[in-house]
Amino acid sequence: MTDIYAPTGAGPADGRVITVQGQDWDEAFSEPLGDDRIVLNMGPQHPSTHGVLRLVLELEGETVITCRLVVGYLHTGIEKTTEYRNWVQGTTLVTRMDYLSPLFNETAYCLSVEKLLGIEVPERATTIRVLLMELQRIASHLVWLATTGLELGALSIMLYGWRERELILDILEMITGLRMNHAYVRPGGVAVDLPAGAEEKIRDFLAIMPARLGEYEDLLSGNPIWRRRTIGIGYLDLTGCVALGITGPLLRSAGYEYDLRKAEPYCGYETYDFDVPTSTDCDVYSRYELRMQEMRESLKIVAQALDRLRPGPIMVADKKIAWPAQLALGPDGLGNSFDHVRRIMADSMEALIHHFKLVTEGFRVPAGQVYVPVESPRGELGYHVVSGGTNQPYRVHVRDPSFVNLQAVPAMVEGGLIADVIAAVASVDPVMGGVDR
Amino acid sequence: MTNETSGMPRNTSSPRPAPVIGALDDSDAWSKAVVDRVGAVAGDGLERVVVDRGELTLHLDRGALLAAAQLLRDELRCELLSCVSGVDYLGTDERRLHAVYHLTSLSYRKRVRLEVSVTAEDAHVPSVVGIWATADWHERETWDFFGIEFDGHPALTRIQMPDDWDGHPQRKDYPLGGIPVEYHGAQIPPPEERRQWA
Repeated sequence: MTDIYAPTGAGPADGRVITVQGQDWDEAFSEPLGDDRIVLNMGPQHPSTHGVLRLVLELEGETVITCRLVVGYLHTGIEKTTEYRNWVQGTTLVTRMDYLSPLFNETAYCLSVEKLLGIEVPERATTIRVLLMELQRIASHLVWLATTGLELGALSIMLYGWRERELILDILEMITGLRMNHAYVRPGGVAVDLPAGAEEKIRDFLAIMPARLGEYEDLLSGNPIWRRRTIGIGYLDLTGCVALGITGPLLRSAGYEYDLRKAEPYCGYETYDFDVPTSTDCDVYSRYELRMQEMRESLKIVAQALDRLRPGPIMVADKKIAWPAQLALGPDGLGNSFDHVRRIMADSMEALIHHFKLVTEGFRVPAGQVYVPVESPRGELGYHVVSGGTNQPYRVHVRDPSFVNLQAVPAMVEGGLIADVIAAVASVDPVMGGVDR
Repeated sequence: MTNETSGMPRNTSSPRPAPVIGALDDSDAWSKAVVDRVGAVAGDGLERVVVDRGELTLHLDRGALLAAAQLLRDELRCELLSCVSGVDYLGTDERRLHAVYHLTSLSYRKRVRLEVSVTAEDAHVPSVVGIWATADWHERETWDFFGIEFDGHPALTRIQMPDDWDGHPQRKDYPLGGIPVEYHGAQIPPPEERRQWA
């Protein structure tokens, strides 16, 4: 079969080239392959590579000899774009990087802007951030559980994972207005206060979830197929992890208790009571167990955050930074409050000018650079933000944990079977939106 | 020299004073040790020390990078290279391209930033892949976006942009959009030339 996607005018590769496009396996392999080494392209649109990740695998039979990863298919230049927008607009951009944990992107970005500004966020805003981040950590781990189950043939868990994630997305939609890419955390606080009924909805979720987590474990933990596909697979020990810069559940599965919420607390995490689960098995199964336990710990943090929510401001008092428009829910949805519009349009010319200046031009941030890391569901999410003293970031670089952790895949899969590549890649939990940015 | 942190190797050579901007916290023995010991190893290669917003930055000459990095990893326990980032200070710095290394000491729970600056004409920085394997993709990304060549990198190729891309998009003199995109022989003009409103 001719390859309709081949570049025009390119010479043939060495040896025999076979293009398989689905449904044509018998035709393509009508002649036996012999004992050749096969170079196999898995992806960039393979259903089990978590998006557009491409793996170039050199195989002998079913054994992986070498594995090289090709990324960049989802590169959208978000870092470059932030340099052309003001500081508040940056939130809207960075939330689109790691699309399974947008609130972590927003919070890390806003924490770095706040560190550059030298401002303290009101307590209620910080508590709301923690509350939403931990809910999202559960949602992200549920997606991991669902997709990993799907890839390893455990189809039921896929449905349950998505089902429970939907409960969290409903909560997030109720609070932020959007299911994903919320742009809810803003420099100086959060966009809008919790709506009436949000706390009850979260408490309902907290009541449901522990039993559901137990159900997942009943389905998987003792399942002989699940165990044989995950125990001892994707082995990466502590030395390998540290050399390759691995953080998050992978590092903790190698026995090192490193969680930025404990190691370098931010958002007041040092005042919450929770544990950092670790394992010394270094394999896919231990990463599954860790993520299950992390969801339980996150539930504990959510409950504590709910208990300590006190009425108060959700944005800094400094009118030179705080977004001027008070958002309110009107008959046509969330928007500028009618009182605010009436005030700037009818009463105060100065307030109108201030609103206009702050919304279009934004505030200035003193020159300097900071690096702010937070613990995302995948590991250390770091923001290196440089300000030139203007109303736009000079440079925003994101240390995305998926990007770094993917480097570990060759170390985990070379010498193993091709079927285990799927389990190993899945255990990294890469999100290509974050990898390619 | 104050050095109370247990297990910290003591500095025996005499430290060379490098210009320090900002003040280190007196209780921060580790950061003081980093400044002193890197100063001793790098000599004149330690160009500047900046303490800003509680973050320590060492500006190094590229010739001193590898020695400083080796020392930081082996003796000051910066086991983890968190990331390598690039910044283009076009118009404000003669050596406009900066490679910025964020190091994390897992043992001491501390961070330090190394900054190496080069000119665009001679954008060569030694690779630290031999010291931190994780630098592989980070340095490829910095090469891709800023055109900083990391000498000694095992395979310095583009990672985010297509392999045949021209230029380094995150440089400040590289525009946002308006780049002709070649795709299978097709030429897509910049946005402002796509339509005529006659």
